[in-house]
Amino acid sequence: MDFGWDERVERLRVRAREFLHTELPAELEESVYSSGVSHDPGFVAALARNGWIAPEWPQHGDQTLDPWEAHALTDELVRVEAPTVAITTTVMVARVIITAGSATLKAEIIPRVMRGEVTIALGMTEPEAGSDVAAVQTRARREERGWIIDGQKMFTTNGHIADFVFLLARTSPDKRRHAGLSTFLVPLDLPGIEVQAVRTLSGERTNILFFNGVRLDDRWRIGEVDGGWQALMIALQDEHSASFSPHLARLLDAVEEWAMVDDHSVRPIDDRDARVRLARWATALEVAELLEARVTWMDTRGEAPIAEGSMAKLFSTEALVHAAEDLTELVGPDALRSKLDPTALVDGKIEHALRFAVGTAIYGGTSEIQRNIVAQHACGLPR
Amino acid sequence: VDLALSPEQQALVASVADLLESHSSPESVRKAEERGFDPHLWATLSEFGALAMAVPETSGGWGAGLLELALVAEQLGSWLAAAPVVEAQVACRLLAALSTRQAAAALDGALAGEQLVTMAVRPAGRGVATLVPGAAVADAVVAREGDRLVLVPLGHGNRRVVANLAADPLADVDLTVEATVVLATGNDAVEAFERAVDDWLTLTAARLVGSAAAAHRSVCEYARQRRTWGRLIGSYQAVSHPLADSATAIDGARLLMRKAAWARDGELPRARELAAMAFAFAAESARDATYLAVHLHGGVGFTLEHDAQLHYRRVRGWSRVWGEPRDALLRVAAQRYEERR
Repeated sequence: MDFGWDERVERLRVRAREFLHTELPAELEESVYSSGVSHDPGFVAALARNGWIAPEWPQHGDQTLDPWEAHALTDELVRVEAPTVAITTTVMVARVIITAGSATLKAEIIPRVMRGEVTIALGMTEPEAGSDVAAVQTRARREERGWIIDGQKMFTTNGHIADFVFLLARTSPDKRRHAGLSTFLVPLDLPGIEVQAVRTLSGERTNILFFNGVRLDDRWRIGEVDGGWQALMIALQDEHSASFSPHLARLLDAVEEWAMVDDHSVRPIDDRDARVRLARWATALEVAELLEARVTWMDTRGEAPIAEGSMAKLFSTEALVHAAEDLTELVGPDALRSKLDPTALVDGKIEHALRFAVGTAIYGGTSEIQRNIVAQHACGLPR
Repeated sequence: VDLALSPEQQALVASVADLLESHSSPESVRKAEERGFDPHLWATLSEFGALAMAVPETSGGWGAGLLELALVAEQLGSWLAAAPVVEAQVACRLLAALSTRQAAAALDGALAGEQLVTMAVRPAGRGVATLVPGAAVADAVVAREGDRLVLVPLGHGNRRVVANLAADPLADVDLTVEATVVLATGNDAVEAFERAVDDWLTLTAARLVGSAAAAHRSVCEYARQRRTWGRLIGSYQAVSHPLADSATAIDGARLLMRKAAWARDGELPRARELAAMAFAFAAESARDATYLAVHLHGGVGFTLEHDAQLHYRRVRGWSRVWGEPRDALLRVAAQRYEERR
């Protein structure tokens, strides 16, 4: 057993921090926060120049990162909230296109993804289909040269700026739930698509997308007709291996920094209760990091981390939610000061954590869904 | 990062598990409840090398790492072994770390099987060490009072055996007998003791993980078979979701405990902090998992006939002789924040 990081990984962390120091100036951080849009073309172009879009893919040749380096890079990017949400969903869909898409589609899209020139939003969730994705009602009807799409998609984050949306639609309404679905890459400049902004608790902007008689050429189909579920599973597996512990690390850092400051009558760090609470979340962070590392470790061995991926997501996000409540209570009334308010503590990271944490236990499969998966696959319990 | 056990470590785990399956069955665990000690099991484990492996080669042992000891301790917890192996191992490592003649003599006696030496894991006060694990059946105790580390022989009328929740071999020990020997004094004595506490915290975390995992396995098995209103109870989310949380916590506790052992073996700066983290997290996870194991078995789990209550009582005893999770978190904080002052 070895719990240490090898030198390659440490070197990559240093490189990533240097990169972020130059490419993520305070103004960019602020504009990402106030717009609620976690995407910046300049930042993504800089990532691409380093070969850091889907950095573990063999397309990068000898620049390809090993899974541990890729793990460390994600850690560093997430920890400072780099604007990578759009590129992350893009890569998720690119993986589906590589596995299930036509040769033409691959040739057209993949190289542009790697250069950071294309963004793809996710169009799976609907008002009546959240965690139960197979309940989607958006229709794609056959016509002579392609498809006519009608319906709506919810929580299509970056749908207002992306080039494409990855659409899950019902192509055979008479077939059973999972069987009648297909996936498409839909250019967002087609007539009949309307975008409506939805603001969220974390400050992030997301969208509802309306499709009204949108005509789509068949060349944009990904995978077999009615074979959408298989394509979707590829994307979802990716989503389950996202890492959330860096958010907890950022929160803990901020509150520890607050607790060390000497302008209180008693420094919080000298108070027993504060010490216990900080140590509790430092311990949870250690566990979250280990559960996430196990997922990467299993990936390197070619094992499928099904229950393990769910455990990592469940533990990290639940710890984040509870840590945010507990630590903002510890900080007290001052934790109410908003992020961009000039009086905010520690760059407002503490207030923001409370807003941000809530969503993490919902998107990417709610905690309840993760518990179902763990119960079935780790505990052997019946559905 | 590599989370796999080496072939040697796998073989070690398998042979300890084999041994315990034969010598620490639920029947023999129950038979040992009165004293909290099974002399036959103790002899078998000593012969297996449970003490020798814990001691460096330079002191006459096999020099196994703390990680190997943790793998053994996980099995001891899983089978509820009625023997103070962890305390005896930690006491031997502590004796080996001291350079005095008296310590060397005590260590030789322990390794030769002539006397069972245990350790008072909390510092003594006013000449008394209370609720010392293993002391009800040991021949001697290593204890710390102030900056003095002493070896106290037992059986001089200085031990009061205490019946307790966990049916562990606990005793209150009077240190002020004539035969008490001072092993070390000053900062060296304190630091040697604190290192022994680190080892004990990590190995106890391992025992807790082992017991919690065994209790969890058994209640999952039950939830796959027991029906109410025509449905398997494991299909109710009110049952399955707490079990999923518990499975996650146990996996996390195991990873953290192994990382703490690995950090000590590598003499890493965070070793003390990680040992305390491992204990705090394992104590809470095992507390919750064993409660769940009793509770989800329903009335049956509450009966003394069922094994769930054995795990429930043991994990509380093993951890609480030192302290509550909060105490371990304060130890974490001392490591994280002292140097930042």
